[in-house]
Amino acid sequence: MQQLIYAILTMAAGVLACVAYFFGTNWVLDQIFPSKGRSGAQASKNLRITNAIRPWLFLGPALFALTIYLIYPVIESVWLAFHDRSGQNFVGVSNFVWMVNDGEFRQSIFNNFLWLLVVPAAATFFGLIIAALTDRIWWGNIAKTLIFMPMAISFVGASVIWKFIYDYRAEGSEQIGLLNGIVVALGGSPEAWITIPFWNNFFLMVILIWIQTGFAMVILSAALRGIPEETLEAAVIDGANGLQIFFKIMIPQIWGTIAVVWTTITILVLKVFDIVLAMTNGQWQSQVLANLMFDWMFRGGGDFGRGAAIAVVIMVLVVPIMIWNIRNARKEMGGH
Amino acid sequence: MIGAARSPLMWIVHASVLLLVLIWTLPTAGLLISSLRDKDQLAVSGWWTALSSSTRNDVFRAPTAEAQVERDGKFVISGNVRDSDAGKVSAFGISSREPVAFKAGETVDLADGAKLTVQEDGSYEIVSDKSMEGARGQRIFFTASTPPRFTLDNYHEVLNAEGIGASFINSLTVAIPSTIIPILIAAFAAYALAWMEFPGRSLLIAVVVGLLVVPLQMSLIPLLKLYNGVGGFFGVPAKTYMGIWLAHTGFGLPLAIYLLRNYMAGLPREIMESARVDGASDFDIFVKIILPLSFPALASFAIFQFLWTWNDLLVAMVFLGTGNNELVLTGRLVNLLGSRGGNWEILTASAFITIIVPLIVFFSLQRYLVRGLLAGSVKGG
Repeated sequence: MQQLIYAILTMAAGVLACVAYFFGTNWVLDQIFPSKGRSGAQASKNLRITNAIRPWLFLGPALFALTIYLIYPVIESVWLAFHDRSGQNFVGVSNFVWMVNDGEFRQSIFNNFLWLLVVPAAATFFGLIIAALTDRIWWGNIAKTLIFMPMAISFVGASVIWKFIYDYRAEGSEQIGLLNGIVVALGGSPEAWITIPFWNNFFLMVILIWIQTGFAMVILSAALRGIPEETLEAAVIDGANGLQIFFKIMIPQIWGTIAVVWTTITILVLKVFDIVLAMTNGQWQSQVLANLMFDWMFRGGGDFGRGAAIAVVIMVLVVPIMIWNIRNARKEMGGH
Repeated sequence: MIGAARSPLMWIVHASVLLLVLIWTLPTAGLLISSLRDKDQLAVSGWWTALSSSTRNDVFRAPTAEAQVERDGKFVISGNVRDSDAGKVSAFGISSREPVAFKAGETVDLADGAKLTVQEDGSYEIVSDKSMEGARGQRIFFTASTPPRFTLDNYHEVLNAEGIGASFINSLTVAIPSTIIPILIAAFAAYALAWMEFPGRSLLIAVVVGLLVVPLQMSLIPLLKLYNGVGGFFGVPAKTYMGIWLAHTGFGLPLAIYLLRNYMAGLPREIMESARVDGASDFDIFVKIILPLSFPALASFAIFQFLWTWNDLLVAMVFLGTGNNELVLTGRLVNLLGSRGGNWEILTASAFITIIVPLIVFFSLQRYLVRGLLAGSVKGG
């Protein structure tokens, strides 16, 4: 409790400092270059100066934080990737050579590609189906809320939820995990699902799909509602049935949104860490890049060179989407 | 919106949505139900059987002959086979080969002329005409059914003994400032990017959009080095709450600036121009007009950032210590998964405490969350 009070006091101090900064710097600026009550030429000159300076006062703290926490680290990570474990000595590309020859890294790359293939596709697919179905029924909003709910749950919490579902008891004793309970009820024999190499990847992916489908559903549902009524009415008049309307009229009109949902989930998948750490910690051949990177950060006192090299690989995979996003954003702003 | 709403196809729609909703909610429901169950029942039966009585087979050894009392000329040993008050005995037996040979209430002849009766409530009587002897007590096998038991004991235990209570406070300590500080910084920057003219503005916006997707992994090692360096230079610990607040601020800023800029750019230009004609400076316009109008966007981002910082594991593992007054809920839960992997009563209750705050936020403020999601994803096409 004491620390919470300390936190709130620090926060209040921080907020006051921010307010004081913004208010103070703007006040100082207006004092140095006053535009009120001055003669015409002087006033307009001062106004020009303040208008040139003020944006940077507004942007200052944000630019400072972005530089320290995102821009500088990206450059430093790339630099570190070409240095040894302590970050002191230049080692050329040997971290990347090690990577290519390391079985665990290749396993991670393979698994990451599996994740990339399955999770965005499955989450978008379910999201689209659910969005289309719930739009037609009176309790659609309740259904949407319930399917959206896992979005609020942490990856670790979701991992506990699903680990419980995958729980395994030896054959013969009563199963307390839902999946094995169903399998046994159908006459099968129980399995320790998350320890089966290769297939365990899919059991972990289910967790992320379970979380992300709600996101896809919300975005795609809004897109479906944004489709102009006239196009649908025209299709109905032309005698198209429900499925034809969905696949031939609605889907083509929301391709852009589907791409946005897909890429957003793709980026999330590249960074997936908590689920693997909590479920298997990379055992049973379920390692992924982000968890491997975390591992090397601290393994044996920490190998910053290899850790940074793995981070750079993740970054390289993100870059195409980043460029695509920037182009889209610029196009959109150009239209305004 | 498409006709034929009464067709049999509608039933398929209803059924499939119901099925999907069940698939999406059952996992969480199972967690909640399990966390409320008695831990002995939780360990031996699935949560979907929580409402039915569980049966258990057990063996009881009656006391030795020393415990017998003389009553009406007969020698009697009596007591109860159950160790607690709950449950009914349905069957019993006297040998391990036939543990359920007799129904409750029946009387059985024992080897030395004594008679054994076990009632449904578990009370038993061994009656003999002559004084009983022997150093070993009679074994009684029985099958008892226990009614479902729900309890808050699991929650009591994890809140106190497992440190979840302390971690709850730690998570709040991390999440609240990490939510408020970036909003303040981002709001000013977003206004500048939306409504002020200066060279390099569109380049800065592009940089912010680019930074939206920079993986956190790129920042971890350099910042860890930086924090260690700063900590060593000033002689302070490298892992502090201040450090993680600032880290979350930095990581949350791109989304905050992006969301708020888009929202502010959509506000009508006339409001600002008429204020400017009246002689208001940018600072006045921002504080008195833009900030109040931007409340929906501010709320959307606040919800995002709160959920993200509360649910975060990675940043906390790197930038915050693991002591009792620093370990956050997600970190504690990962530790419990390692140390108490089989104790589902502890894991389920702990997990539910970690997700209850986000769920409350989610259900009460869902409107803003949806709005933020719609505004936050870079629009395509």
